[in-house]
Amino acid sequence: MSYEAPASDHGDHDSPYEGLFGGDSDHWAFGTDFDDPLAGIEAAIPDGADPRALAQYCLMLGDDALVLSHRLSQWCGRAPELELDIALANIALDLLGQARLLLARAASADPSVVPPLPGSSDGLPSPVPAEDALAFFRDDRAYRNAWLAEAPNGDFGQTVARILLFATARLALLERLRASRDAVLAAVAAKGVRELAYHRDFAARWFVTLAQGTEESRGRVTAGLAEVWRHHDELFRAHPVERELAGAGVAVDPADVAGEADAALATVLAASDLPWPRVPQAGQLGGRSGRDGAHTEALSPLLAEMQSVARAHPRGRW
Amino acid sequence: MPGKTVPEEAAPGKTVPEEAVPGKTVPGKTVPEETTVPEETQAAAPGDLQEHFEATIARGARIEPRDWMPDAYRATLVRQIAQHAHSEIIGMQPEGNWITRAPSLRRKAILLAKVQDEAGHGLYLYSACETLGASREELTSLLLAGRQKYSSIFNYPALSYADVGTIGWLVDGAAICNQVPLCRTSYGPYGRAMIRICKEESFHQRQGYELLMTMMRGTGEQRAMVQESVNRFWWPSLMMFGPPDADSPNSARSMAWGIKRNGNDELRQRFVDMTVPQAEALGVTLPDPGLRWNAERESYDFGEPDWSEFTAVLRGEGPCNAQRLAHRRRAHADGAWVREAALAFAGKTALATAGADHD
Amino acid sequence: MTEWPLYEVFVRGKRGLNHVHVGSLHASDDQMAIRNARDVYTRRNEGVSIWVVRSDAITASSPDEKDPLFAPSGDKVYRHPTFYEIPDNVPHM
Repeated sequence: MSYEAPASDHGDHDSPYEGLFGGDSDHWAFGTDFDDPLAGIEAAIPDGADPRALAQYCLMLGDDALVLSHRLSQWCGRAPELELDIALANIALDLLGQARLLLARAASADPSVVPPLPGSSDGLPSPVPAEDALAFFRDDRAYRNAWLAEAPNGDFGQTVARILLFATARLALLERLRASRDAVLAAVAAKGVRELAYHRDFAARWFVTLAQGTEESRGRVTAGLAEVWRHHDELFRAHPVERELAGAGVAVDPADVAGEADAALATVLAASDLPWPRVPQAGQLGGRSGRDGAHTEALSPLLAEMQSVARAHPRGRW
Repeated sequence: MPGKTVPEEAAPGKTVPEEAVPGKTVPGKTVPEETTVPEETQAAAPGDLQEHFEATIARGARIEPRDWMPDAYRATLVRQIAQHAHSEIIGMQPEGNWITRAPSLRRKAILLAKVQDEAGHGLYLYSACETLGASREELTSLLLAGRQKYSSIFNYPALSYADVGTIGWLVDGAAICNQVPLCRTSYGPYGRAMIRICKEESFHQRQGYELLMTMMRGTGEQRAMVQESVNRFWWPSLMMFGPPDADSPNSARSMAWGIKRNGNDELRQRFVDMTVPQAEALGVTLPDPGLRWNAERESYDFGEPDWSEFTAVLRGEGPCNAQRLAHRRRAHADGAWVREAALAFAGKTALATAGADHD
Repeated sequence: MTEWPLYEVFVRGKRGLNHVHVGSLHASDDQMAIRNARDVYTRRNEGVSIWVVRSDAITASSPDEKDPLFAPSGDKVYRHPTFYEIPDNVPHM
């Protein structure tokens, strides 16, 4: 009852892809030659950096990526065309990969950020890895993402506008973060820059396409942009943790990249023949916003869904 | 193809003007053969074409898009490949439903990548179908109108996270049994799409089995969840191979044409034989009291699936038939303005480029 | 008619090899076709160069675009079947 792939009794007919890899067909479906983005990276906390601040900073960057990845994954099976379904999933997967590295870094910098797990009083160590404890057992008030990441998807136009704004700001930030004195953050940034350059390119092209497509698409993408633009300023407002770590050469002050990001956005708007949006910015909650753990109504239902299975089985293995 | 730098082999179907394909049946019109029969076959009478086609099949070579082929061969292929493509696309839903609830970040990444692959597989298969003159848009309309089928298995619900594992292990495992032989199907573009798909499917089956193995090492609740899931999916998985050969009237002709290479019953047996030891290694029971090793046949004997349930689901009376199609219709309708906008934008850009060329 | 035109995709898997036809996709124009090809056909580090062609025109991605086009899939280990540890005594996996 052995079961093997059919013998190649028809020569070339059976392996049209053989030539792609010089006979090394393993390369494309079975390959193991990936880059571990953190291979050989020094994990020590850089001198002069407060580990607790570093952990908070990693949560800010990691939560942005995790929450937006989750939103984009909601498009899976619903995109306007198959090619777009695949593209949106690729962006979601890239961001999820960034989130995992950053949450793991947060936990290693300051283990006290990892929430204690319910039901672990039997003395056995928790089977839940730190990245998952942070993602699935942390309450909304402990999430540090910006509001732009948690806002609902809206239609495809609004989703494109959100990716454009998010990727433009994050790309500018990570480009500088590559020089961080924290070797892990620098490595994560170097990997992220390549990904975000692609995300921004995807979003910019689609933004211009929709803005210059039909009357309907122009109306929709303009409305979508106005919706997400309410969260523009928050992206460039520095939290004290960011300022402190920027001073130590570990983080980037987001205010420092605002000019660069806005210039890129202006290019896209000009190609779209659209004016710079003049929309009221979403106000803070008593001076607090996403970076402080204060959120919009959108986040807690998102987390309730995302965390439901993990929390139902706090001792589960997956 | 004088003047073309791309070999015919490499550029199937749609890069060639439609009317260049003789005898091609497009829904609603038949291209008259006498207009543009390719040079090498111009002098050949239909009888010779038929003989040439049969000889190609007989020596195990592939039929390619510009070859002459009987209308019934083309129609059978379009029906089978389209059904296969639709299955990939509809099949995104049961598991896709769990992406936002995946219980670890690693599982979330795996599941999203897997469902994304299914979109890719649908795309490859629609492309193979397009080389036969049926566009993705036409096929999508037929699916949404309920005039073409997809695999019945996707009309069953995914009710727990264990189902993500079971679908990978049993449903994708059954699909692999069906699909590996199709890599050698007689129609070139279909076989090539299947090669790519099978390479990716092996990741799907392994992630499913690995998830179940991990859950079996977890809590008692998790083990119960796995067993309950296997109980629900076992029989529908066996039905994925189609009705017994005796009740499958088109099977014989498909095999003669080399479209199908194995009978339904043979593939079903192969699936059972591979799955039983995997279930043992996993520590779950397959819900068939009749399942036992037959030393004489060197195969497992197993019970008969409930074929009345199979035909009911096929008729549209499965648990999720209406829901699956409604989801697909909504996504297609919601995306119409985006598809139109991209075409309008491309039209404007092309005009602007043409204008610039004249300056 | 709202369907995007069909493109054929050619991928060069390694330097020194020919571009090989890997499949087709739909896109509204050449630029979208290149990007769709990257998303659809190179999710596993498969290519170092992509051509797309609609009818008799061929468009190739330039070598300069290699980084943003291909680097992102470098760490998607979960896509590869060998990433999953299955004990040797489990047959047929």
